[in-house]
Amino acid sequence: MSADIKFDQILDAKGLACPLPILKTKKAVESLSKDQVLKVETTDPGSKNDMASWAKRTGNEILKVEEGSGTFTFFIKKKG
Amino acid sequence: MGKTKMTIIASKGSLDMAYPPLILATTAAAMDVDVTIFFTFYGLDIIKKGNADKLKISPIGNPAMPMPVPIPTLVGSLPGMEALATAMMKSMFNKHGVASIGQLLDLAKESGVKLIACQMTMDVMGVKQSDIVDGVEFGGAATWLDQASDAQINLFI
Repeated sequence: MSADIKFDQILDAKGLACPLPILKTKKAVESLSKDQVLKVETTDPGSKNDMASWAKRTGNEILKVEEGSGTFTFFIKKKG
Repeated sequence: MGKTKMTIIASKGSLDMAYPPLILATTAAAMDVDVTIFFTFYGLDIIKKGNADKLKISPIGNPAMPMPVPIPTLVGSLPGMEALATAMMKSMFNKHGVASIGQLLDLAKESGVKLIACQMTMDVMGVKQSDIVDGVEFGGAATWLDQASDAQINLFI
């Protein structure tokens, strides 16, 4: 499934708690060019809602969220 | 739509109560919110040079404090109990991948969070401007009110 989505950078935020996954995601997205995609992996169960809120507020787009066993994978497209 | 603005008054200087202002400030900055933290009273301890990672937590007067075994209040007041509670809390934070107060303070500065120290409480408590970390401005109630009047989110912690 995730094979469909191409990404330009990957961020491993596994094992990190609030607010670090968001802070690191913000930093990583800043380093991308517009329309590039960041793949973020987290284990913080709060990150699912947090990431959605962050994206809504910053205008970046979450293309896809995958839930594994205790992990969350987000594909985030930097706003144009 | 203009930029959202938030101010936080940080008035507590214990390890646990230093977290909420810094977590909210750094997250808000990451969400493109313009953030100001006004440090007053014991909150000044968070921004004293070299002090961010030395904040303590007291087991006294906090029935919700998680302890490996229930500690009677009288025992909690014994010498060394504060250090024990602090070490325990820090190790819990660390184990769960939570940033330290020092790290969060650095991240806040890095992300452009505006830091203001309350000059009046500094004077009362004998804190000099040179005792405060770099990058902090100094002001009083009017400085905060000016910021707060334009902000949608104003918190007192």
